[in-house]
Amino acid sequence: MRAAEASAVAREWQRFTPAERVARFSVYLAIVAAIVWSIDTIEVIPEFLYDAPEQMADLLVRMWPIDYAHYPRAIHETLVETLHIATLGTILTLVMAVPVGLLTARTITPHPALNWLGQLILVSSRSVNSLVWALLFVAVFGPGALAGTLAIAFRSVGFVGKLLAEALEETHKGPIEALRAVGAPWLSILLKGYWPQVQPSFWSISLLRWDINVRESAVLGLVGAGGIGVALDDALNFFYWDRVAMILLTIFVVVIVAEVAVNAIRKKII
Amino acid sequence: MALAQVVATASGSRGAGSRSLVIRGLAKEYTRGKLVLKGIDLTMDGQGFLAVIGPSGTGKSTLIRCINRLVEPTAGEVRLNGVDLTKLRGATLRAARRRIGMVFQEYNLVERLTVMENVLCGRLGYMSALDAWLRRYRQSDIEDAFGLLDAIGLGEFANRRADALSGGQRQRVGIARAVMQDPDLILADEPTSSLDPKTAVEIMELLTGLAGRRSIPVIVNIHNVELAKRFCTRIVGMSGGAIVFDGPPGALRDEHLKQIYGGESWL
Repeated sequence: MRAAEASAVAREWQRFTPAERVARFSVYLAIVAAIVWSIDTIEVIPEFLYDAPEQMADLLVRMWPIDYAHYPRAIHETLVETLHIATLGTILTLVMAVPVGLLTARTITPHPALNWLGQLILVSSRSVNSLVWALLFVAVFGPGALAGTLAIAFRSVGFVGKLLAEALEETHKGPIEALRAVGAPWLSILLKGYWPQVQPSFWSISLLRWDINVRESAVLGLVGAGGIGVALDDALNFFYWDRVAMILLTIFVVVIVAEVAVNAIRKKII
Repeated sequence: MALAQVVATASGSRGAGSRSLVIRGLAKEYTRGKLVLKGIDLTMDGQGFLAVIGPSGTGKSTLIRCINRLVEPTAGEVRLNGVDLTKLRGATLRAARRRIGMVFQEYNLVERLTVMENVLCGRLGYMSALDAWLRRYRQSDIEDAFGLLDAIGLGEFANRRADALSGGQRQRVGIARAVMQDPDLILADEPTSSLDPKTAVEIMELLTGLAGRRSIPVIVNIHNVELAKRFCTRIVGMSGGAIVFDGPPGALRDEHLKQIYGGESWL
């Protein structure tokens, strides 16, 4: 009946219903309002904004020539400390992340309350930035590499634990079923069924996190948690821009070397 | 293998005569009120090859998995050598499971472990997790494993990773792992369904050959009726969660197949 009526008049077609159009318009309006409001809130100071290019150029000029001699004098030692913080922090992370990952993986721990507890630990670890963790540990243990190492470790647990739990949940069920059928104890199933399956992911995750930690530990010195950041902080405070340039260059090179090394090792493992 | 058998027999844990499987009133429902197995009664004395045939979704896999409790039965009992498996828990269940070998359609090997270690996985029920972790397998187990690898024609592949093998080779390893358990019963769930016809025949020959030599009874779920008739001494036909035929291969007629699978146009 309706079809007959429709064919009598010219057929109309519209992609959206009126309600949908109003909804879409509201979203656009909200986005624009949010942008305007944000700009208003951050209170851009026009004078500073206008001469920003000038300042930038000035900064670059002061950075040149780079003070290469500063490397053996002060940077090298802090760089080594940074690498130690990153590496020790990552190892500590693995020790803590494995049990939490096992707790979180639903296939390993078939108990919702315990899964939830694991998830809570992982989220708490990740929701706090490593700089904030560092501030916390500097307050507890005093300034230095120990605070930095613990900050790196506590921040990374969330990352490694979450990815490990996901890898554990994505394992093939077949081999696990086979080992259960064999009558293997729970721990043997973990070692011979799950571990071989998650091994490549585990090492890959660990290397990736080490790579990230090298970069993160480079800034921890800004809050006094040791490493190359301390040298950077000193140079910045005394306006030695040529030294700042050298430190930034060092960090840049180290990050690239770490990236290349990690990729090479990962290829070997998988 | 001979040494292991002597040791096992001496310890009184087995003897060919005591092997028996008695299933009484076995029922399983995955969702309440929907019975997948409707009270299965099945008795097997300690020998022979029993084929379970029937259409997909009729409960063949469920039946086999209810025996070693990979699936929890809803009702009924499963007695192996007189022990009701449905009552067991924890360590006693594991001890019972290690006497029941299982072969899977998708082989279910641990892909990243070597062939040798996959075969030795059959001994995991007999050793502690610490020994398993440190790979402290008993020398006699290692010798048995080498013997089995030779028997399945993969002696050269001991240190090859399982994911480097073909489907047929993997299933051979799967069978070796089951035999390695020194079992009183082997369950095989569609062991040939993922394989080509020639390999399927070879796998059935190997399975019945290895089990036959050790007089281990075998229950095999199988889609291929011809393979079932050729290799098995007894055929059980299932339809709609119940047994509708039970007899020697020679007694299986077209009207039975019609009853099991329904219709006749495919015959």
